[in-house]
Amino acid sequence: MLSVHLILFLAFGAVAVAGAVNLLAQTHPINSALSLIAVMAALAGEYMLLGAEFLAAVQVIVYAGAIMVLFVFTIMLLNAGVEERTKGSRVATMFGIPGVLLGSVLLGWVVLRHSGTEAVAAGALPGAPAVIGQLLFHEFLLPFEITSILILIAIMGAVVLASKPPSAPARKVD
Amino acid sequence: MPIWLYILASVIKSAIVLVVLLTAVAYTVWLERKVVGHMQNRWGPTRVGPFGLLQPLADGAKFLFKEDLTPPHVYRPLYIAAPLIAVIFALTSISMIPFGNSVTIAGYSIPLQVTDVNTGLLVILGITSIGVYGVALAGWSSNNKYSLLGGLRASAQMVSYEISLGLSLVGVLIMSGSFSLRDIVNSQGGHFWGFIPRWNIFTGQFIGFFCYLMAAYAETNRIPFDLPEAETELVAGYHTEYSAMKFAMFFMAEYANMITVACLATLLFFGGWNGPLFGPAILQAILPVFWFGAKIFAFLFLYIWVRGTLPRFRYDQLMAFGWKFLLPLSLANVIATAIAVAW
Amino acid sequence: MVPLSYYLVLSGILFACGVVGFLIKRNIITIFMSIELMLNGVNLSFVAFAAHWHALAGQVFVFFVMVVAAAEAAVGLAIIIAVYRNRETLNVDQVNLLKL
Repeated sequence: MLSVHLILFLAFGAVAVAGAVNLLAQTHPINSALSLIAVMAALAGEYMLLGAEFLAAVQVIVYAGAIMVLFVFTIMLLNAGVEERTKGSRVATMFGIPGVLLGSVLLGWVVLRHSGTEAVAAGALPGAPAVIGQLLFHEFLLPFEITSILILIAIMGAVVLASKPPSAPARKVD
Repeated sequence: MPIWLYILASVIKSAIVLVVLLTAVAYTVWLERKVVGHMQNRWGPTRVGPFGLLQPLADGAKFLFKEDLTPPHVYRPLYIAAPLIAVIFALTSISMIPFGNSVTIAGYSIPLQVTDVNTGLLVILGITSIGVYGVALAGWSSNNKYSLLGGLRASAQMVSYEISLGLSLVGVLIMSGSFSLRDIVNSQGGHFWGFIPRWNIFTGQFIGFFCYLMAAYAETNRIPFDLPEAETELVAGYHTEYSAMKFAMFFMAEYANMITVACLATLLFFGGWNGPLFGPAILQAILPVFWFGAKIFAFLFLYIWVRGTLPRFRYDQLMAFGWKFLLPLSLANVIATAIAVAW
Repeated sequence: MVPLSYYLVLSGILFACGVVGFLIKRNIITIFMSIELMLNGVNLSFVAFAAHWHALAGQVFVFFVMVVAAAEAAVGLAIIIAVYRNRETLNVDQVNLLKL
């Protein structure tokens, strides 16, 4: 019952859930960003357990190593401080938090009770880079090309949006 | 192999690799000081032990006994965590590096590598990506204009050159067909015409090697790309507010990254541990590690030689070089390699 | 062995945390990070089902989700910088000029 697979799943899952809850609990955005990085690293571990080794590496390189760096840069450059407390509704807090917890526990119990017990083995579907590359460039070639155009548009849009608006007429500077 | 023996072997290998790496880091510092000193027509460390060989021990003692001052205005959790992040990920990336063929001890064949993952090269790239956080968070948590600017510049530089670093490796991957570092080295065995070794640098990856070298120098923040941490610019960049042991950790992380880069260049472009094998069986098991070490030494010497010779780039020159020259060149290398292999 | 439902429950928890963060947080960067958390929860679901039904298309789809998330993060952060430049604040409650 208590296999190494289950222990590793629970360990990574606990880190992921702790990171997600910490993202909500922290007031300073930099702490939330670091919690999100912990969530992504834990999810990379989960992907490894499911056999998706290429995806785990890509998750660390792209998500935790590039996208979150972008977030951290923005927080540093905009000097985001501690969040201000805005006027919240006390009724919402009183009913909302227990309500959400109750609803999620109910949903989880239903899912766990009424699904089969067939297990997903560790490394069930080895996602070697070669195999994923085959799929990506044969069956999924059109989405691949479209997403590359999408990224190009996103880069151009980001550069235009974040550049300073032209204020004074441009002088000829050498 | 039974599981407990596997774990025991892994622990012993990790301990050995860690000890050897830390000693190598300390003596790389010594080597740098000696070589740069001789290039500048002076001696370098000579007083502490013969040829100054005990200088790293004196440096270590200095770092341990220096006052570890935490300025009051810093953001304390990240201030303490940033050098830890830098050094942990710098030391972790060595775990994928194979040092030689398998040795046979007591009937079990133990590969000379802490762990051999199918996607070993990708894991090393991932660890390098996470290492950027040490620099960025150090700059921010120091609560100091110069540290923040230095940290942002350094991390922007590292993120920009990561792309060229990855692309320069794709040429090698196309030629060897696998991400596993052991497979890449094994595909470089053998010789052309009996004496030219079949290393990747001779089978067409010369431009790839050039791109990798430039990108690696920028990733490790070494001259000519070390503007973010040069002493004459921005005070000292992201490690301005750090003293004693925390500064020593950044220092160690930088040199450990240098050694990892040298290991990777050896494995990917220079045949890893392939070299002439001779002698009895026990010597034949040790010789590959010796060739590997010799090649790494050559790379570290190249690093130090470049450091003593070249001036540094200005920041806009640095970023322009990365985005406008190195990235198109790496892409062209990938395309040319793919076309050459497809024919 | 880990049943599939465990992976789905974990994915659901992450997604729920993302939704709650999106609704209760006031800092625009934190709201954006909650969106990323939701995307990660969904990715885990995809990979779990891909392993369950032995269909590698699930993993390829996660690849596309990551790519789109990267593009969205770039544009979204540029928008945040533009909003900050105009309104001098990162609090969404104060970006309310169009409110009646």
